[in-house]
Amino acid sequence: MPTFELTPMMMREIIMDHYSSPRHKGVPSSLEGYDVLHASSTNCIDDFDVYLQVKDGKVLDARWEGVACTISSASTDILCDRVIGGDYQSSLYIIQQYLNMIEEKPYDDSVLDEALVFMNTGKQAARIHCATMGWTTMREMLEKDEKEGK
Amino acid sequence: MLDPKTIRKDFPMYRNQLQMQGKPLIWLDNASTTFKPDCVLEAITRYYTHETSNSHRGDYDLCYHVDQEILQARKDVAKFIHASSENEIVFTSGTTSSINLVAYGYGGIVLQPGDEILIDEAEHASNVLPWYIIAKQKGAKVKFIPLTKEGRLTVENLRKSLTRKTKIVSLAQVTNVLGYLLPVKEFAKIIHEAGAVFVVDGAQSVPHMKIDVQDLDCDFLSWSGHKMLGPTGIGVLYGKYELLEKMDPYLVGGGMNQKFDIHGDYSFYLPPARFEAGTINIEGIYGLHAAVKYLEGIGMDQIQAHERELKAYAVQKLKESGNAVLYNENGETGILTFNIKDVFAQDAATFLNSRGIACRSGQHCAKILNDFLGTPATVRASFYLYTSKEDIDALADAVKHGKDFLDAYF
Repeated sequence: MPTFELTPMMMREIIMDHYSSPRHKGVPSSLEGYDVLHASSTNCIDDFDVYLQVKDGKVLDARWEGVACTISSASTDILCDRVIGGDYQSSLYIIQQYLNMIEEKPYDDSVLDEALVFMNTGKQAARIHCATMGWTTMREMLEKDEKEGK
Repeated sequence: MLDPKTIRKDFPMYRNQLQMQGKPLIWLDNASTTFKPDCVLEAITRYYTHETSNSHRGDYDLCYHVDQEILQARKDVAKFIHASSENEIVFTSGTTSSINLVAYGYGGIVLQPGDEILIDEAEHASNVLPWYIIAKQKGAKVKFIPLTKEGRLTVENLRKSLTRKTKIVSLAQVTNVLGYLLPVKEFAKIIHEAGAVFVVDGAQSVPHMKIDVQDLDCDFLSWSGHKMLGPTGIGVLYGKYELLEKMDPYLVGGGMNQKFDIHGDYSFYLPPARFEAGTINIEGIYGLHAAVKYLEGIGMDQIQAHERELKAYAVQKLKESGNAVLYNENGETGILTFNIKDVFAQDAATFLNSRGIACRSGQHCAKILNDFLGTPATVRASFYLYTSKEDIDALADAVKHGKDFLDAYF
């Protein structure tokens, strides 16, 4: 369990905070060492790039840039927080737990921290892809890097 | 005004008192598709329960009956838009396939390298991409008629854009994002004087107003059945017969050829059969036919007046909410494009969904226009004969409380 109890008011504030003041938005000043993957969907307007910098199996940096709704922006920004500093195993584990939560399957809430604010996304089924686009894109990048032994 | 309460009795989607997010469903997405009255559903069912057989394929009564029904549908559709003959009515799968057919079938034979096709930034993807493709194949160019600040086309800008190389001008009679009504008749005259052909996208106009193609003098007109109370997968291409006669088919196969032999010789039927290869969408034609009759029973002028009144009412209510940005206040049709202040369009649409209101957010398939509007996305509410002022009150109330948009998730 998280060390704090999330109230709807806190969840709203966390989402709005990451939407209006994202920590990891923007193209890296130098693309050296970064992988880039585009995230978009036929179902919505969200359209952004995810940047990932991995060295010796460690995530050094994760960023994103593009047009996205509140849910998509905040969830991708929080994702970056969750994976930076981790390794493949821990990052992929966190992503899997998050996707389980969104799909309303059993999940390990101890690793999700602020990402728990999206636990109710299933209420707005049309927005599930918004809440997961950044995450599935990041998973694809991590899996590729891991395979290539980056 | 029409009485939506009475009209809704004909529509199962209303009678069934559907809910969305636990709230009564408020349907304001008629520009994307429309509900179907009983008569349309009954016509489709009748084909399958009492009249199933293929068209022009047999020598027995059932088949004869289906052919008669299709002929009558063609005649009634021709009458609906005041075409001079039912042979000018080609059944397609919808607006998209109609415009593709004109692009390939007509553009494919007339376009020469260096020729120009004129469209504008407010066009739907289905009136942009077919022209891009055929232009590329033929070495022609697609050019854009400039829009005014308000997003409209004007006679002046049309005149400035026409050149001796312009062969085709393809424009929506009513644009799907801004809902402006094009003066088709005036445009047709100028386009014809310049020696070009005028292709009109009627997807957002034919379902909502009386159309007289002879008076408008457009050369082609396309629309979809499902946006006018009919089923999906059926649409129409109207074309002047002398132009249809020149055109190549886009699809070839059964039902459209006169003969073919082992030497590779073949010949095709005359229009419209030439353009209806394969088994056509018979249930769709039955349904479309019923929809045309239903709309005529209500009266196209009445429908247009109803939507105009709703549009004016919606503009007034959204302004009163103090929380809306309107993009097409002066549009003449039942399409209202807006944003809730400081709320991204997609978030606004999710919030409306949480209140049972179906509106479309997005770029509405006119992706180039959004660069013009200066916003990546908008919300669109679109009205029809069964839309009520109460629907709009609910929309305005939601817009007023737009800052609570994250409530949708809690």
